[in-house]
Amino acid sequence: MQNTWIFVGIFAAIAGVFPLLPIVAARFLAPSKPNTIKLDTYECGMETVGDTWVQFKVQYYIYALVFLIFDLEVAFLFPWAVAFDMLPLFAVVEGIIFILILGGGLLYAWRKGALEWS
Amino acid sequence: MSFWQDPIAVIGQLILDLLHSLNLPEGWIVFIYTLISVVAVASFGLLLVIFLIWLERKVAARFQDRVGPNRAGPFGLLQTFADMVKLVTKEDVVPEKADKLIFNLAPILSLIAVLLIWAVVPFAPGWIGTDLNVGVLYIAAVGSFGILSVLMAGWSSNNKYALLGAFRAVAQLISYEVPMLLTMMIPVLLARGMGMVQMVTVQDTWFIFLAPAAGIIFLVSSIAEIGRTPFDLLEAESELVAGYHTEYTGMKFGMFFAAEFLHAFTVGVLFAILFLGGWRGPGAEEIPILGMFYLMIKGFLGYFVVMWVRSTLPRIRIDHMMAFNWKFLTPVALALLILTALLDKIFAGTALRLPALLGANLVVLALGYWISTLMSRRQAKERTKFKKRPVAKPA
Repeated sequence: MQNTWIFVGIFAAIAGVFPLLPIVAARFLAPSKPNTIKLDTYECGMETVGDTWVQFKVQYYIYALVFLIFDLEVAFLFPWAVAFDMLPLFAVVEGIIFILILGGGLLYAWRKGALEWS
Repeated sequence: MSFWQDPIAVIGQLILDLLHSLNLPEGWIVFIYTLISVVAVASFGLLLVIFLIWLERKVAARFQDRVGPNRAGPFGLLQTFADMVKLVTKEDVVPEKADKLIFNLAPILSLIAVLLIWAVVPFAPGWIGTDLNVGVLYIAAVGSFGILSVLMAGWSSNNKYALLGAFRAVAQLISYEVPMLLTMMIPVLLARGMGMVQMVTVQDTWFIFLAPAAGIIFLVSSIAEIGRTPFDLLEAESELVAGYHTEYTGMKFGMFFAAEFLHAFTVGVLFAILFLGGWRGPGAEEIPILGMFYLMIKGFLGYFVVMWVRSTLPRIRIDHMMAFNWKFLTPVALALLILTALLDKIFAGTALRLPALLGANLVVLALGYWISTLMSRRQAKERTKFKKRPVAKPA
């Protein structure tokens, strides 16, 4: 039981080393002749106007909120799906009601226009 | 068990015997053995990338009536190695205004996110990195790192195209994650467990026959998740230069590139495991190497569909893409989940399970398609209804 997660831990470390190797190799092999123009921000040759990190369209955040609801829903439903054989029909129907409530939430977001991209 | 039937088991036993003969403490033996298997699985993933890039270029070329790479080595097989050498010797430009730490971390994280999935892929009976009992959830969790790396790359570049690409990417990736997770739950529901080995061993009938609609939705949302055409809004070159990796050069760009290709094939393999029975096939239980062969064939089948879609369909508009996800895929996936749960509970263990689930899936798919065409027709009517048409006025 404990062993399976040791594997994942070592795997994560090794998976970090593998992409690092060619990047470090490139540091030694590649030429490095920086100059001001080369290090400038590349926006199709136009000079950058203003700050990049500005306030952004709110629509992106609304999608993020809707996503959050469903992501949490899935986190709650996975145990329900795993224990499916042990559940009586009543518990299954309860799970379905839970999904339906969230479906109602999706419908609400839809009617409110939160899903419109404009 | 002979070498040709199960090379991994034979080699593994050999290494274990060698480690035991060195008289190391038990903890060290476990650690070194795990380390060797980790390196084996991870390098398999990376070596696969080299082959995949060649294959994709060849297949894409055939779709476009070209020959593809054919100069370096037989059939151009060495082309990718030449490209790698080129990428390593390219100058690595880090823009002055970039957030250096995050800028350098993003390409590494993007490859880690994809490689980590391979830790739980069951290649054949007994051939698996580690059989986590929460395998599917682990894949969903690890896959989210990819989204993080895209946002890190776009944000730290301090470039308007990169930031715009990253925002779009995040909006698209998190949106399509919802139907993907919901349809990943249907195999979990049918298998009664999240472990990847269990997922394969219970598939006496492939889940694609029990849940064809879920399989299709999973594949579609996965294509969106890897950002391939028709869903390549995150790097739409006609609008965004190159999207989130505009500022990346040399090997750091190469990491994003490799991660994308490996992710595309990983999606094919996941589709094979969740819906096409993984390594299941005639004789696979006795001869594990056959199981590996079956899994690769099925994985390449999924990958071929991804390539096929890529070279067939044009890019779709971002509002259409979002509407397709939230107003079609997600409701259909929810309906499928409800129906699968209900029918599987009622018909569990009876002969009616397969026809009931199959029929329900097809009905949901047909109904969803019918309603969506009806709605898009109504929308088109409303769009043209009140519009004033340009009239030529007398001068």
